[in-house]
Amino acid sequence: MYRIRLFAIRHSGVFEWIYQRVEGVMVALDPVFAKIGYNRVERPIALLEQGVKSVLFDCKMCGQCALSSTGMSCPMNCPKELRNGPCGGVRPGNYCEVKPWMKCVWAAAWDGSTRMKGGQKIREVLPPVDRSLKGSSSWLRVSREKAAKLREAREAARTAVAEAFPEARAIEPAVAPLAEEPASAVNREVLKK
Amino acid sequence: MSTGDYSDEVPVYAPPPEGHVSHSRLERVLRAGRFAVTAELNPPDSADPSDVFEAAQPLGEVADAINATDASGANCHMSSIGISALLTRAGYSTVYQISCRDRNRIAIQGDVLGAAAMGVSNVLCLTGDGVGVGDQPGAKPVFDFDSLTLLRTIRTMRDQGMFLSGRKITRPPQMFLGAAENPCIPPHDWRPERLAKKVEAGAEFIQTNYIYDIPLFEKFMARVRDMGLDKKVYILAGVGPLASAKAARWMRSNVPGIHVPDALIERMEKAEKPGAEGKKICIELIQQIREIKGVAGVHVMAYRREHQVSEIILESGVLEGRQPRRRSERR
Repeated sequence: MYRIRLFAIRHSGVFEWIYQRVEGVMVALDPVFAKIGYNRVERPIALLEQGVKSVLFDCKMCGQCALSSTGMSCPMNCPKELRNGPCGGVRPGNYCEVKPWMKCVWAAAWDGSTRMKGGQKIREVLPPVDRSLKGSSSWLRVSREKAAKLREAREAARTAVAEAFPEARAIEPAVAPLAEEPASAVNREVLKK
Repeated sequence: MSTGDYSDEVPVYAPPPEGHVSHSRLERVLRAGRFAVTAELNPPDSADPSDVFEAAQPLGEVADAINATDASGANCHMSSIGISALLTRAGYSTVYQISCRDRNRIAIQGDVLGAAAMGVSNVLCLTGDGVGVGDQPGAKPVFDFDSLTLLRTIRTMRDQGMFLSGRKITRPPQMFLGAAENPCIPPHDWRPERLAKKVEAGAEFIQTNYIYDIPLFEKFMARVRDMGLDKKVYILAGVGPLASAKAARWMRSNVPGIHVPDALIERMEKAEKPGAEGKKICIELIQQIREIKGVAGVHVMAYRREHQVSEIILESGVLEGRQPRRRSERR
C-alpha cells in the first residue's frame, strides 16, 4: 500500500483530475441522494470511498479529506497527524522522524502539489481535525455542500430577475419564474461545469 | 530569593503599549530594532522552585527572555507553565513553550489562559518530538493540534477574544506569538514556504533550531528575504556550544532535527580543549549570523552548558552594551 501511495503522489495531477470528475458526478447526483435520503446513502458511499481511497492513499477516513490541498499525500499518515507539515524532525533523504523507513508524508505533499493545477492550495493553513467526523464520507459532505451552494446561486439569480422585472412577472409569471425547478434542470448546468 | 510567600495581591495588567500585542520585553526589544537574545533553560527534575531560579540565574543577565521547554525530546521534566509562572512572578521575561504532543485542544486553551493570568507574555508554539525518542516511549502521542493550528487558535483567543468553540473570553490573553523553524533540515526547498504559513497562522517571532551550517542558513534567509518574510516576522537564529565531537555525533543521530556538518565535528575532534573550542565556535557562529540580513536575534540553547551562555553572549558583542536585567513586567 505504501508503494501505491507513493505512486499516487507521483501522479498527483492525474488523481486531482479524476477526483474533480468524481465530485462533479456526486454533485449531479444530489437530487438522487436527497430523494433517497442523505442519511441512508452515507454508509454505502463512505464504504465505497474508504475502499477506493485506502488502496490509493492509505486513507484513514478522517472525514475531512484535504488530499487536493496536500499534494495527494494523506496527512493522516503522518505519525503526528500534522495538517500543516512537515515538522522539524525530517531525516536526511526526507525520511520520517518517527518512522524512519517511511518517506515524510509532508515532504511528499509539497512535491506532489507542484504537479497539481490547484497546487497553491497547500499554502493555506488548514484547521485542526474535527475528530467527531471520523469514519464519515468526505465526498458526500463536499458534494452536498457544493450542490446546496449551486442551488442557492441559481435561486438568487432567479430572484434578481424577478425583482428587476416586476411588471412583466405580474402579467406573465413564466418569463421571470420563482417556482421551484425540477432537479433535472439544475443538474444539466452542474454537469456542464 | 523568597519563593514561598507570594503576596495575595491580585496583579492588574494594563493594556499593552501602543503598537504592541503584549507586555513582553522581548517584543519591545524586537520592535525597537535591537538584536535580541533569548536563552533556553534546562528544566529541573524536581519540585523545588529554587532549582528553577538557580537554572535561570546565569541566563537572566544576558537574555531578553528565557525559554522554558515543554518536555523537549519527549523527556519528562518540570512543566513549562510552572517554570514560566515562577520566573515571570520573580521578574524574569519568559517564553512559555507549548508542544502539541502531550495535550489536546481543551487542555492547551485552558493553559494559555492560566499562563496569561500569571503574567506570561510570550508563547512558543511547537509540534513536538515524537514520544518514541523520550524516556517514556509507551506514552500516547496526542497531536490534536499542529504548531500552525495552535498558533491560529491562540491568535483567535487573543484578537477575537474567543475559544475555538466560539465561546467568549472575557479577558483575552495578551501574548506575543512565536513558532519554531528548522532551516537546515530537509526538505530544504519547502522550509521557507512553511515559514510563510506559520506567519499566516499568526507567528510574530521565530526561534530556529540549531544553526551549525551557515551556508545552508544563508540560502534559507535569502529565500525568506525574497518572500518578504523578514519584514513580517522576527527571526531569532538558534545557536549552542558543542561539548565535544562525541556529543555532537550523538546529538546528530539521536535528537530529531539537528544537523551538524562534518567539518565542525572534525574541528572539535582536533581541538585540545573541546569545551573551549565549542564555545569559540558558538561565538563565531553568532557573529556570522548577525551579519545575515533579516536576522533579528539569537536563541541560545546550551544544554548542560548554561554556565557558558553569559560569556558567549558578552564575548560575541551582540548586546552592544545593552543589559537585559531582570525587571518586573507587571504594570
